[in-house]
Parts: sequence; structure tokens; C-alpha cells
Amino acid sequence: MANKILVVLEQRYNVIKKISNEISKAGFELSQKLNCEVEAVINGGEISDLNKIGNYGIKKITLLKNSEFTKYSPSAFSKSLTEFINEINANIILFGNTSLGKDLAPRIAARLDAGIAVDVIKIETSENNIIATRPIYAGKALVDIKINSEKKVFTIRPNVFNPGEPTENNSEIIVKGISSPDFSTKVVEVKKAEGKLDVAEASIIVSGGRGMKEAANFKLVEDLAEVLGAAVGASRAVVDAGWRPHAEQVGQTGKTVSPNLYIALGISGAIQHLAGMRSSKCIVAINKDADAPIFQIADYGIAGDVFEVVPALIAELKSNKFKKMPSFRRWHL
Amino acid sequence: MKIAVCISHVPDTATKIKIGSDAKSIDPTDVTYILNPYDEFAIEEALKTKEKFGGEVVVISLGDDSNKESIRKALAMGADNGILLKDNGMRDSLSLSKALADEIKFQNADLVFMGKQSVDFDNSITGQLTAEILGYNCVSVVVKFDINENKIVAEREIEGGKEVIETSTPAIITCQKGLNEPRYASLKGIMAAKKKVIEEKNATSFDNKLEIVQMSKPLGKQAGKILGNDSTAVPELVRLLKEEAKVI
Ligand SMILES: Cc1cc2nc3c(=O)[nH]c(=O)nc-3n(C[C@H](O)[C@H](O)[C@H](O)COP(=O)(O)OP(=O)(O)OC[C@H]3O[C@@H](n4cnc5c(N)ncnc54)[C@H](O)[C@@H]3O)c2cc1C
Repeated sequence: MANKILVVLEQRYNVIKKISNEISKAGFELSQKLNCEVEAVINGGEISDLNKIGNYGIKKITLLKNSEFTKYSPSAFSKSLTEFINEINANIILFGNTSLGKDLAPRIAARLDAGIAVDVIKIETSENNIIATRPIYAGKALVDIKINSEKKVFTIRPNVFNPGEPTENNSEIIVKGISSPDFSTKVVEVKKAEGKLDVAEASIIVSGGRGMKEAANFKLVEDLAEVLGAAVGASRAVVDAGWRPHAEQVGQTGKTVSPNLYIALGISGAIQHLAGMRSSKCIVAINKDADAPIFQIADYGIAGDVFEVVPALIAELKSNKFKKMPSFRRWHL
Repeated sequence: MKIAVCISHVPDTATKIKIGSDAKSIDPTDVTYILNPYDEFAIEEALKTKEKFGGEVVVISLGDDSNKESIRKALAMGADNGILLKDNGMRDSLSLSKALADEIKFQNADLVFMGKQSVDFDNSITGQLTAEILGYNCVSVVVKFDINENKIVAEREIEGGKEVIETSTPAIITCQKGLNEPRYASLKGIMAAKKKVIEEKNATSFDNKLEIVQMSKPLGKQAGKILGNDSTAVPELVRLLKEEAKVI
């Protein structure tokens, strides 16, 4: 069977998410390597900026449209997508490894009886096969996987594939109305964490650990995050102590993140913490213990007291003009 | 209500991972295995649900004899019965889910709890796969759970917030930290668990669709530069972030 790639895009409140650009580019590059067709699909309502996806190489996009699709419905999304996949006969299906992709991809895989490889950080081809690489054991090992079923499902870790600069290249948009969706499982409400940038979506994260000494001192972490346009993260020790909400926890039992810049303040770098942030592109550690394990994976470190170093860092950043303001990925409501 | 909990037996999260000589699996020497941490939330939620509505909690684990250790732990926490689906091989998540689905169907369970992921392969897909195979509803990464008659309202974690999901039984719920505080096994529970019989069955076999080509260790990141031990190092740090790493 000839290969055909389908990229499953994401929106939230009908605004295309950045992961869609990343997986579009990944799908486009894969299609060039396998010399095969690629197209994209998305569940949603009225989506205005859909044709911009064409700028990342995808020429044909189908919108599976229903006014209720602004919010996620696991049952309706998986049913309509599976039908679409069978209709166009796609055999390589790419999702983002996001909360939506992680929930949806296995449902589709089960319906297609397809092998599924999740949290992929590298895709290579060898002859007509795909070899996907992903971290396992909390990032302590990597595994190269081949899927042997005819249909193959992959989820791709956010912030790993660089979509590059968009080009002006609009796509053909096909709208398919989905008239009687299966809403046996559906989102009835979305509770947004108040006014905060989430660690899972931020390109810069400033995280605090037990070295911050007490909850009130997180003001310093927040101030540094503020000047950088960053999200605030936390180690499990401070979440367990009740200083910060669990939603901010980075690590094995928290969130896996891979921002461009991760700043760890008073965090020792326990293996379970590293599990969640080791794939960050640039890691900065400030810790008064020069032997703390966090320095083993940090790109830059200051072996000093956070209460002396961080205020100076905030002052220095404020007096400096950034060459490039960080682009952060806000969640649009 | 018949409640099932699927649990896995995994290397302790603090274990150093060594790649085995076949380069396709880990070297099990000196590795301590434990009950998957997320499965503790699943067991706790099953016990709480049983306490509210009555019924029976059955724990299912697929693997070899060593899995009995984790099944015993669940029994000591208060689960009623344990089933070991015997299997010595390596399974991908889809083949594992098919075998779990077979047993869940056999048990006629209408509510199933699982951890949101096993901390070995960190897949986070077994609950969703199993639910689809069974035709059950499913909510994954749940941090709040409520059931009334057969109506379920659950909250799942998403980027920047939570989704409130409504569905109904039969359903599979995958549990995330924050859902509850798992109880400790009481001495009485531990003694009672010793007397319980763990039922052993052969797991139904299915083909794997995934093939491990090779396992490797991530390239050790070169430990970076320690630029100093006080705030005098700050200007250099900012310069490097701008000019060398180009991240600000
Ligand atoms: C199953 C399991 C799952 C886990 N999951 C997670 C997880 O998801 N995320 C996670 O983070 N942890 C997790 N942990 C916990 C983890 O093992 C560590 O306990 C935790 O990460 C430690 O947090 P910490 O670095 O803030 O605290 P500590 O280890 O106490 O480190 C504090 C650091 O602050 C430094 N310090 C103190 N004062 C100052 C100062 N004035 N200036 C500068 N530095 C200072 C110290 O030198 C020390 O290095 C998990 C553990 C288990 C067993």
C-alpha cells in the first residue's frame, strides 16, 4: 500500500494551536522523505486562521465541522476522525503529544487496530519504514521503535520539531459537516487556571524548589518569570508542602516540559524532577550547593544563594534590552 | 458495583537504568520493582467508590510471578480479589490492552480505574486503548471524580486548566496525582492480604505491532559552566543567554 500521511491539527476555542504548526512541518518533511501524500484534518467550529497551516507545507486541510466541536469530545472526535482516516485511506497519522493528542491518538489507534508510538522526539526513515525515537523510564533511556501494522499512529512531543518561519502559501480548505456526533463523552466546561501561563505551553519556565525556603518567597520566582514572560514551575517538594498548586509541578508526577529556557532556582535536580525538564533546550541552575545534581545537566549555573543572585538577575534583565522578546504561547479563550 | 483496577509492576523511579546486552531491554539486575505510583491513586479511588456505593474491587495485573508483590499491596490496601494474567513476554500497549479488555469483560466490571501511565514506558495510553476495545467510555488524566447512579462527572488536567467531562458507565478512568491521597495498608490489611488467594490465569495472546529496534542511553549532556558563586556572575549569564544560547 502506498503511504499517505494525515496530520491531526489542534485548536482551542477555534484558535489554531502552535503544536499544529510543528506537526504540520514534521508531517510535510516526512512526506518528502517517503515521497508520499500528506494532508491535515481538524475538528472544530468556525476556524478563521486555518489556511495559515499551508505555510508549513500542507496543501489540503479538512475541517470536520460542528458548532459543538469548539470543546473536546473524546467520543465524537475519535469517531469522526476514524471515519475520515478510513475514507481517505491514510496510514500514517500524526498527533501532537498534548493533553488532547495523548487522549485521542490511542482511541484512534484502537479503532484502527494500529500500532502507536507516543511522545516521539525524532522521526527517521529507513527504506520505506519509519523509525521513531522516544524517551522511556522518565528520560533515563531512549528507544527506537518500528511499527509493523499497516496503519501507524504517532504523537509528537511539543517544542521538538521547529516549524521554522511560515511562508505565504495558502491551502485548500474542505469543510465537512458532522451532523450527528457521538457525545457519550464530552467536555461540559473548561476551567482555566486564572491569568497564568501554563508550564506545558511556555517557551520559558522559571521553577522554584525547596531552596526558596517558604511560599512567600515565590514572589521572587514570579518576578523573574514576569520580566521574562515566563511561566512559573515548581518541584514536587514545594507542591507537597502546599506552597504551589500541583498544576505547576514539573517532573515525573507533574508535567513534562521542553521549553527553550528552563531556570531552576533552589532545585536539587532529583531524577524525578529531571524526568520532566531534561529535554529543555537551555537549562540554567542557581543553587548554593555546587555539587547539586542539577548542575550536571545545566548549561549555565551560578553556585550561589538565590536570595542574592535572583534580585540581581531581575535588575540586570530589566536594564537590558532583549534582542528578541520570547514568543510565548498563550492559551486563547 | 463491580470495580476493576489494572495495575502494573515497574522499576522503582529512582532506579539507575542500564541497557541489557540485547540492546532492546533493560538489564534487570539490581532493579527493585514497585507498584506503579499512579496505580495507587487508582486503587484509592476504587476503594473510595466501593465505600460509597458498595460492591467489589478486583485488581488485575498482567506479568510474571513478581507482579504478585504489587497485587498483594493492593489487597493490603483493601481490594477484595487479585488476578494475575500470566505472561512472561514483552507486550506493546495494544496487545496488553486487548488482554486486559478480555479479563474486564469476563469480570463484567462496569467501572475500571487505572493509573494515567506506567512509569516504565511512560505511554499514558493503556486506559484509552482498553476502553475503545471494550466500547467503554473513558476519561484520562483525572484529578477529580464523581459518580452518581451511572452518571460520571470527572475533571481532567489540560494545558493551563481543567476540562470537566460528563459520561456514563461502563467507563475507564485513568488517575493522575491530585485525585486523592492513597491510604497506607493497615497491619490488619497486610495480614488479611496474606490469606487471600491470587487467582492465576494465562493471559490471552495477541501480536505486537510495535518492534523495539534498539534502546540506548541519552547522550550525556555536557555539564555546563558554573559562572560564579554570587551575583557578580549575573551579567555574564545574561550575555550568554542572549548571545550564545540565543534564548532571550
Ligand atoms: C515516585 C516519585 C515521583 C516524584 N515526582 C516528582 C516530580 O514530578 N517532580 C519533582 O520535582 N520531584 C518529584 N519527586 C521528588 C524528588 O525525588 C525530589 O524529592 C524533589 O524534586 C526535590 O525537590 P527540591 O529540589 O525542590 O528540594 P530539595 O531536594 O530539598 O532541594 C533543595 C535545593 O535547594 C538548594 N538551596 C537551599 N537553599 C538555597 C538558597 N538559599 N539558594 C540557592 N539554593 C538553595 C539546596 O542546595 C538543594 O539543592 C518524586 C519522587 C518520587 C519518589
